[in-house]
Amino acid sequence: MGRSQGAGDLLNGTRKRRGRATPWLFLLAPLVLLALFTYVPVVSMFFYSVTDWDGLSPRPEFVGAGNYEQLAGRGELFEVLLVSLYYFGAAFVQLVLALYFATVLSFRIRFANLFKGVIFFPYLINGVAIGFVFLYFFRPEGTLDSLLSLVGLDGHPWLGDPDTVNYSLAGVSVWRYLGLNFVLFLGAIQSIPPSLFEAAELDGANRWQRFRHIILPSIRNIVGLTAILAIAGSLSVFEIPYIMTGGANGSKTFVIQTIDLAFKFGKVGLASAMAVVLLVLILLITWVQRRLVPENEVRA
Amino acid sequence: MKLRRRTLVLATAGLIALTGCSASGDAGADGRIDGEITVLTQRTDLVDTVFEQYKREFAKVHPEVKVTFQGITDYEGEVKIRMSSRDYGDVLLIPESITPEQLPAYFEPLGDAAELQKKYRFIPEQTYEGKAYGLAITGNAFGFVYNKKIWQQAGITAPPRTPAQFLDALRAIKDRTGATPLYTNYRNGWPLAQWEDLRASVAGQPDVITTMAATDAPWTPGTPQEIIDTLLFDAVAGKLTEEDPATTDWETSKKAIGEGKIATMMLGSWALTQVRELAATPEDLGYLPFPSQAGGRFHSAIAGDYKNAVSVHSENKDAARAWVDWFADQSGYAAGQGGFTPQLGGPEPAILSEFTSLGVTYFELDRSQDAVVKKIDKTAEIGLYQPAYRQTLIDAARGANGKSKQDVFADLNRRWAEAKAQVTS
Repeated sequence: MGRSQGAGDLLNGTRKRRGRATPWLFLLAPLVLLALFTYVPVVSMFFYSVTDWDGLSPRPEFVGAGNYEQLAGRGELFEVLLVSLYYFGAAFVQLVLALYFATVLSFRIRFANLFKGVIFFPYLINGVAIGFVFLYFFRPEGTLDSLLSLVGLDGHPWLGDPDTVNYSLAGVSVWRYLGLNFVLFLGAIQSIPPSLFEAAELDGANRWQRFRHIILPSIRNIVGLTAILAIAGSLSVFEIPYIMTGGANGSKTFVIQTIDLAFKFGKVGLASAMAVVLLVLILLITWVQRRLVPENEVRA
Repeated sequence: MKLRRRTLVLATAGLIALTGCSASGDAGADGRIDGEITVLTQRTDLVDTVFEQYKREFAKVHPEVKVTFQGITDYEGEVKIRMSSRDYGDVLLIPESITPEQLPAYFEPLGDAAELQKKYRFIPEQTYEGKAYGLAITGNAFGFVYNKKIWQQAGITAPPRTPAQFLDALRAIKDRTGATPLYTNYRNGWPLAQWEDLRASVAGQPDVITTMAATDAPWTPGTPQEIIDTLLFDAVAGKLTEEDPATTDWETSKKAIGEGKIATMMLGSWALTQVRELAATPEDLGYLPFPSQAGGRFHSAIAGDYKNAVSVHSENKDAARAWVDWFADQSGYAAGQGGFTPQLGGPEPAILSEFTSLGVTYFELDRSQDAVVKKIDKTAEIGLYQPAYRQTLIDAARGANGKSKQDVFADLNRRWAEAKAQVTS
């Protein structure tokens, strides 16, 4: 007892001096990781995008804006962005579903924790595993077809039919990422002071009114953030289509095309330029969105 | 959906982060070969079994050398990235995407190509300016793995001699048996790239690469490239392939052909050993030549598999070289895998005896224009040894992308011609 008292005194004594440094010390690890795995690679990506590097040669040649000029003249490279529309639509569905589940499960409901777990669980599974699981799910006479035959419907080549392949893949994406949005919303909703709900209950507000006038305004910031993430995410979809179809059958996305150029055709310079263009595109959309839907000041 | 540019970014970060550190030891100035070597291999399935056996055999000849293996699943992709560091093992297989002029920067020359060619096959496949850089681990012939029992059930007893006969045979299989006549392995992709190896078998032309380097339109009716791709197109258009190509699975297909659910697959002869291992009655599985004859005979090119080479950054080059030589001369890998030995005049693989007895003539390709063709191919972003353009062709054949065969071929020809003009200017 006496010892812990002493330690407390000691902490009090040094707290002032350490005061300034403490937040930075805590930030050190994430900042180093951020610099090492985000900013340094981004800078080198800019560097590669002005060279003709093939991914191997020790001395890449400087080509200036050559790669960007080539991109400007090759509209067909941007056609694949249309595939992102499927994922954008899916992201919208995903947001609405996540908001619905988060709201419902924030009220007192039986087995709420079980349902929370069930919804969040897919996000914890490795993306490669999800890809393979859904390959079996979608294959002819696979899980989905078996389920359909139970209710008397015919099977369908979900991934083989060019009309359904992108819907199927976007559906997998919703299944996978719903949990993340859900948890973000749930956290925000749970940080709303319970006294507000009590007061609303006393005033006789029903659940829709409580959602419309208490929950939604309180979590506006987080909804805005998730919407930006959803747009950025749908422009840069990669993992699920790459594992499941490899971009075949009209499911190629912008990032798959970038990877193909870099690693199959040895055009790392051009691919880096494409990645830079994608980055600029996402920043631009985020900026426009911020202008259209201004948000409250972020609290410090 | 939220995975961003990270993959590319991480890959580039990997390039920066990897720096050299390799085993120590001396090169044996007194003529003794010793030291530690790391050997990279793509055979993750054999690395703990067969390769351990090799290690013991090798130790009998060179007891002072300590060998460590690294099995790599995505060999081609991973090793190419590692090669921008100095740490990519002492002995490794030369990645297929390395161009000849890049060889000296990464690998030790093994000797004069002309000299080595007196003893070994496949030397010109990894040669630059008269120096050879790699010895093949084994060699392959090219054709179709097929289930003889299914083909016989369909009433076909003689190997088809023309693409039309081949398609008739596939149709008979579809009508008379329950098997998938031809399995494309569309989703896995790389088996589609194997079709490229058939181009020389069409009319037995060793100069097929040289011709390709000189033409502006490789997909012109009657050229080898057009003939093999048309056969693939017609098979798919005639609904003679699997129902849903987007969910094919290579591991399952290897078993299914032995069970008679699949009748035929286009694969290098290396695959015959692997499918037989999984089959209940291995003798049902055989190998068919490409349905085309010149001078009344079938032909098949033979080509080296991956080539073992010594890293230019190895600290124990003598020991590494000793492994490369031992592997080619004494390991018995080629025989064990049912392939052609890297030594000239080695025995033909027993597993192909039936194939050979159909009267197949083997020959090696003229590789002198290999670098040019590879360069045009990359510039045009076609990918002769990549699955993408044949996937587009299959999609066209099954009516999934609204294109005709002519559309696909015309587009390929246009890209080829533009890239060729750019490369040769």
